[in-house]
Amino acid sequence: MKPAVRTGNHYITGDVACAEGAIAAGCRFFGAYPITPATEVAEHMAERLPDVGGTFIQMEDEIAAMASILGASWTGVKTMTATSGPGFSLMMENLGLGVCTETPCVIINVQRTGPSTGLPTQTGQGDMMQARWGSHGDYELIAIAPSSPQDCFYHTILAFNLSEKYRVPVLVMADEIVGHMSEKVVIPDAREITLVSRPKPKGRKDRFRLYEPGPNGVAPMPAIGDGYNVHVTGLTHDERGYPVMTVEAQEEMMTRLKGKIRNNLDDIIQTEEYRMEDADIVIVSYGISVRTGLTAVDEARRLGYKVGLFRLITVWPFPEQAIHAIAARVKGLITVEINLGQVHYEVERCAHGQAATYLVGDAGGKIIHPDKVVSLIQEVFQP
Amino acid sequence: MSATTQPVIDHQGAHPLDDLIRTDRIPHIWCPGCGTGTAFSSCLKAIKATGIPYNQFAMVSGIGCSGRAAGYIKLDSFHTTHGRAIPFASGIKMARPDLNVIVFSGDGDLFAIGGNHFIHAARRNMDMTVICVNNLIYGMTGGQVAATTPSNAKTTTTPFGNPDAPFNLPLMAYAAGASYVARWTILHVRDLTNAINEALMKKGFSFIEVLAPCPVNYGRRNKQKSLDTLKLYREKTIIRNGADPARADIDFDRGVILGTFIDRDRRTCDELYDATCRRNED
Repeated sequence: MKPAVRTGNHYITGDVACAEGAIAAGCRFFGAYPITPATEVAEHMAERLPDVGGTFIQMEDEIAAMASILGASWTGVKTMTATSGPGFSLMMENLGLGVCTETPCVIINVQRTGPSTGLPTQTGQGDMMQARWGSHGDYELIAIAPSSPQDCFYHTILAFNLSEKYRVPVLVMADEIVGHMSEKVVIPDAREITLVSRPKPKGRKDRFRLYEPGPNGVAPMPAIGDGYNVHVTGLTHDERGYPVMTVEAQEEMMTRLKGKIRNNLDDIIQTEEYRMEDADIVIVSYGISVRTGLTAVDEARRLGYKVGLFRLITVWPFPEQAIHAIAARVKGLITVEINLGQVHYEVERCAHGQAATYLVGDAGGKIIHPDKVVSLIQEVFQP
Repeated sequence: MSATTQPVIDHQGAHPLDDLIRTDRIPHIWCPGCGTGTAFSSCLKAIKATGIPYNQFAMVSGIGCSGRAAGYIKLDSFHTTHGRAIPFASGIKMARPDLNVIVFSGDGDLFAIGGNHFIHAARRNMDMTVICVNNLIYGMTGGQVAATTPSNAKTTTTPFGNPDAPFNLPLMAYAAGASYVARWTILHVRDLTNAINEALMKKGFSFIEVLAPCPVNYGRRNKQKSLDTLKLYREKTIIRNGADPARADIDFDRGVILGTFIDRDRRTCDELYDATCRRNED
């Protein structure tokens, strides 16, 4: 077998970096379906996985790809798929099954512009609200947004670690530019990479309850063949995993599913700040649009404005408290994203009228020029 | 049709299949006269007869009446989304090829919403056993036309009769590449049990169609009382092993062919993946 971690300096695309991050994180099953601009993730996994003892299969559609990674995950293996808009839509039903059955897995969405087939080869950030609640019903999951190929490597590892820790599907919300651009990616020594694996059950098998929460609200997870005779269902179920068709069981299950995320926000949410110390205008952004924001901060500062950038690495769950606290001490919040307002409305909600909120958005297909942000700042603020 | 030779109830009141049943989930949801329970117990007997330890099995179901089987079997068992049992099971099989994977589901689940997955798993010769309880109807939703409903049959969504033709399931399985294809009815319990046992021991994609009555949602609207359907199974079926699956259309006027249509050997998906993709560079 070949080494799983390709330690060294590489010049690779974000798609390939996602694949290398997955393999470094211990992913050993990939269910694929080709789609622009995510195909290269699958192509790289097809080549790499057999050499590290893993399995790659190209399924007949994205519905099957998503179903396959859930099934494979229950054998105790770390699993992943990668897709873009139309495929992401097809994965939604089984994504909900993954949430409901608390099945760890990672989905890379290299976003393109929609709706529908849209601009298949061009960038977009229009799937952010679909990432939040695109499957039916109410639920919580985790979504992370990389801004560079280097991020793609680390964020895919982070996605696996969070997925294993919280037994929830984790979405890596990349985009066409990050996915297709080549940049330097440093892959560290395997010993420097922290890996998390799902907790395994201990104790008597006859007393085992499939969804009995551990200390952090997450239940240990056996694999097929461990002898626990698990029953896993997308029906509303009790702690044994058995279907129970009552409103009480529904409330108990929802409390557990939402609680394990909502009660661990400090552990889950990651953000970054740039020149925020004295800022009274704050750009909020994520993914590729962070790069627009960074340039806009420097340019506006050159013009005498006190601007900083607040970067959402974790977009879902949303860093509500952090945005609320920032809004209390600044004049304005500007959300930069390649859609015509999605995360912007979350920022507005959390600002709660304490600061003015603005959107610098785009219909899709291109990165937003920093001048557009600077122009807005010049228009509505005094230096 | 005689009952099984095994005692149904012993002196202690325990059932010989109790070790494979989640007895704490009984009573089941299946209606009086439904054939799913009989197909299910044949499946349990066939599993037991393999002698393979139970923790080397996994059962996957989709959605529908038959899809509830996964909830009653005491194995690692998965009740998934509508139509997606086969790709979920394919993930299990390819990640752990040593496991014996059974898909137990209905005709609506496997052949309408899930039809694409069926043909691709057969094409790849995914090493699993797919048992389809075919009751010719969507039972759980109250009796709507299925991809298997006979022409002219009345259902809630074909109130004037079904204008469409049904699938011939054994022919589809054969054409798509299945290694083993059989059809029985729930009246032919021993043959069915033996066929499931053969399918479990067979390497490759095995498919068993089980004709089963749905007196509540099919029979009631088509002038078939519970026993009428069983009489058809006895009087209007022809057991013919090795028959051409192209002649396996379900037409009780002409006679419905039962038996093993196909039993052939082909390398499985996981074997071919290992042989083709895992390079030995020692």
